Amino acid sequence: MRTGKDAWNRKVSGVFFCFLNRDELCRVPYMNNLKTLVVVGNGMVGHHCVAQLIERGALDHYRLHVFSEEPMRAYDRVHLSEYFTGRDAESLALSDASLYQTPGVTLHLGVPVLEIDRARCEVITANGCVAYDKLVLATGSYPFVPPIDGAEGDSRLVYRTLEDLDAIRKAAANAKRGVVVGGGLLGLEAANALKSLGLEAHVVEFAPRLMPVQLDDFGGLALKAQIERLGVGVHLSRATQSISAGEHYRYRMNFANDEFLETDLIVFSAGIRAQDALARQAGLDIGPRGGVVINDECLSCDPHIYAIGECASWNGSLFGLVAPGYQMARGVAALLCAQTAEPFVGADMSTKLKLLGVDVGSIGDAHAHTPGARSYQFIDEASASYRRLVVDASGKQVIGAVLVGDNSYYDTLLQYMQNGIALPSEPASLILPSSSGAPTLGPGALPESATVCSCHNVTKGAICSAIDSGCSDLGLLKSQTKACTGCGGCAGLLKQVFEHELIARGVSVDKSLCEHFAYTRQELYALVRVEGIITFDELLAKHGRGHIGCDVCKPAVGSILASCWNQPIMDASLVPLQDTNDTFMANMQKNGTYSVVPRIPGGEITADKLIVIGEVAKKYDLYTKITGGQRIDLFGAQLHELPDIWSELIAAGFETGHAYGKSTRTVKSCVGSTWCRYGVQDSVKMALLIEDRYKGLRSPHKLKFAVSGCTRECAEAQSKDVGVIATEKGWNLYIAGNGGMRPRHAELFATDLDDATLIRYIDRFLMFYIRTADKLQRTSVWRESLEGGLDFLKDVILHDSLGLGDELEAQMQLVVDRYECEWANALKDPEKLKRFRTFVNDKRPDPDIHFVQERGQRRPIMAAELNLIPVTEEIA
Amino acid sequence: MSQPNTQRTLATWKRVCSEADLVSNSGVVVWLDGAQVALFYLPGAQDQTLYAIDNHDPESGANVIGRGLIGSIKGDLVVAAPIYKQHYRLEDGQCLEAPDQRLRVWPVRLNGGGVELALD
Repeated sequence: MRTGKDAWNRKVSGVFFCFLNRDELCRVPYMNNLKTLVVVGNGMVGHHCVAQLIERGALDHYRLHVFSEEPMRAYDRVHLSEYFTGRDAESLALSDASLYQTPGVTLHLGVPVLEIDRARCEVITANGCVAYDKLVLATGSYPFVPPIDGAEGDSRLVYRTLEDLDAIRKAAANAKRGVVVGGGLLGLEAANALKSLGLEAHVVEFAPRLMPVQLDDFGGLALKAQIERLGVGVHLSRATQSISAGEHYRYRMNFANDEFLETDLIVFSAGIRAQDALARQAGLDIGPRGGVVINDECLSCDPHIYAIGECASWNGSLFGLVAPGYQMARGVAALLCAQTAEPFVGADMSTKLKLLGVDVGSIGDAHAHTPGARSYQFIDEASASYRRLVVDASGKQVIGAVLVGDNSYYDTLLQYMQNGIALPSEPASLILPSSSGAPTLGPGALPESATVCSCHNVTKGAICSAIDSGCSDLGLLKSQTKACTGCGGCAGLLKQVFEHELIARGVSVDKSLCEHFAYTRQELYALVRVEGIITFDELLAKHGRGHIGCDVCKPAVGSILASCWNQPIMDASLVPLQDTNDTFMANMQKNGTYSVVPRIPGGEITADKLIVIGEVAKKYDLYTKITGGQRIDLFGAQLHELPDIWSELIAAGFETGHAYGKSTRTVKSCVGSTWCRYGVQDSVKMALLIEDRYKGLRSPHKLKFAVSGCTRECAEAQSKDVGVIATEKGWNLYIAGNGGMRPRHAELFATDLDDATLIRYIDRFLMFYIRTADKLQRTSVWRESLEGGLDFLKDVILHDSLGLGDELEAQMQLVVDRYECEWANALKDPEKLKRFRTFVNDKRPDPDIHFVQERGQRRPIMAAELNLIPVTEEIA
Repeated sequence: MSQPNTQRTLATWKRVCSEADLVSNSGVVVWLDGAQVALFYLPGAQDQTLYAIDNHDPESGANVIGRGLIGSIKGDLVVAAPIYKQHYRLEDGQCLEAPDQRLRVWPVRLNGGGVELALD
């Protein structure tokens, strides 16, 4: 064994580090009463330990030396593949260079530690030796490359460091195809890297599925399907026996049974091994699967030497993730600063990643190895999504999960597991795609001890206390608590918790409708209802401020008054309340013209009525388009044309379609049992019944309905606020779905209902929504915001738990009884028609409205086309 | 700024429509020799009850201001543009959201059952 003296002598002729002079090193700490702390390794965990040491005041006690084999200070290995998509080494660095320029800290880059002399308490490098009082090993791991004949050079690349990536980039320069050996987490990352270098990427995995550690068979299958869709070849159950020269590519990988795959380069990512060579040399205890054996304090068998991260073996296990590594680093930093440290007692290996753009998540006991564990599984072969929920024998706790294709479920499932939150009555709902992405476990349901950021061990309690001490900005919160500055996986949850806590503290969350009413919509609704208020002026005088109102409160109150009393909106007292479209009972388009939508109940229309629509469109030169709600939209009418158009439509038996209102829009239907060989009920008839009942109902937001005549669901009822699907025995009712920007599947609410019960439940549901929703809140958002969720809503509507059933039905009946077509009402009254004049003093149309012809119809002219209009036309 | 509806000696007043053409607490539009003027009528207001403002909405490029909803924001009487919802002060046409945006306004009065605009 080389001694420190030898190393020192050897170094004299080489590069010289003056501070490595042994005498000086031994003397200076003594003089300053500073001990020497050496950290070997400057990967993510080693770096975190240094940062923690500095933060905890270690420099008051120690002079800190950090040795790194790599030439670059610690960088983000989790996002290594971004090195190929534009990020440079500096931007991957975990900290500013200044951290390592802190007085008392010395970073030795590119200086591997060659030996540890435990007897002398010295580390030995090519440049000399350093005596330590305490030593922290954070040497990490190295990629395992199985011994394969012919693997060398570009057929034996690895994926671990920036230098490795440089080598891969060089090899890829003249390559067309690249293979990664190993279909685990890192292997798929490597495949992504090859793909981003423009190579045709393949993955060869020894096991019969991808990510065998984290995923089960179905999860592996779903991931394989998704990855293959991205153009990456996946070859399972293949062991490479040798590598020889290829015919079409540089190399040929030979598998069993004479199978082979040719490629220009091969990256091995077949697992990692603890980088424990130094520890072995020093005679430290080594674990059964490699790694320095550590106790709960991360102490090796030598009381002066700690080991953290991937090079440490705790209880026979290695931890190849950043979060447990950070946990160990924090613990050791605390101990070295004589602070209380949480013992390391293993770590949750739950992980979520985006591999090749595919969401993959694995939580806890993903394989359901726990005795008595039971699973719920959701498989969607169409989109290659898979979710598995593993619960304990009692069926009350989440103990594991597998996610492929959609990680929006991850945060909630992880919180359920980590905090032992009791499962909902239907545990499967946690993984079913019923509630538009993530199942909803409100941040309010999390205990203070819940870990929000596992990389930096930031609890909800820590976030709350940061907010309590004045932090009201998300960015500031991140820098103060370090939450979400590791892998970034908790970003969504952090934001939710942050906003929830702000709201809970009443920070900048004023629920007043506007400056004129210090009430929410729900409170105003109750006032209107209870006090029987029928005008805006009365409500404003009794409960508001000022005399006018504004464009926020007026339409909101107009809507409430309509929901409660259903008076014609063109009545003089109501007209000034109506928003842009309601006020002229048509939909204003970008050039100030209107579109007109007659009601076509259930999408059923006679030839005669179709002809009338056609004739009206032709007469007024209206652009026509079929809507998504099975109606016909007529565009381009000027204000003064609306009464004439409606006179003709009403004469032919049409009614207003309320396309302009926050109100019942359409009831879409399929033809049902009348025509369809699969239909089991008359869906058109039911659609007509529903549309006739609820037409004219105004609500916090628009309402869409659909009725399907059988389970094939051609009317897409599950994307509507109220969806009805026929069964052999009656109707299934679905509620609170919507399309649009944030689609949400409707939830099954009640099954096998007869006609009368169905209507009764819809009455109650809609009125309860109108009563309790916020303004402009769709049923979907309202439903998600309901405390108690679907079960609560079922109790109220189906079991009448609040005793509101009769009242809600009676309120609906009043609205139904008072229905009158608003356009028919307006046409009877010349006073109401006064407003439908483009100019009250001139018969001319708006001369600034111009159209051009396109595909046989007219459309508004675009700004760029305006100069093409002949001047004469403009004057005329 | 002078009160727009106090009579100025040099102004020429032009009758544009009748009082009956107005709609309470809402707007109508008159044609004025190539210009389009929106008239907003607040019969219950304490001081000024009638406002005249340009009907052209500079944000959308459409002539729609007269169809906007009127309201008050921090004491200012405003009209909300129907398409993109900017607020213009009825008194002087100032846009509350964009300081450099201002609509033309006209002095306006009720006179003998008619509505009159002052021309420069």
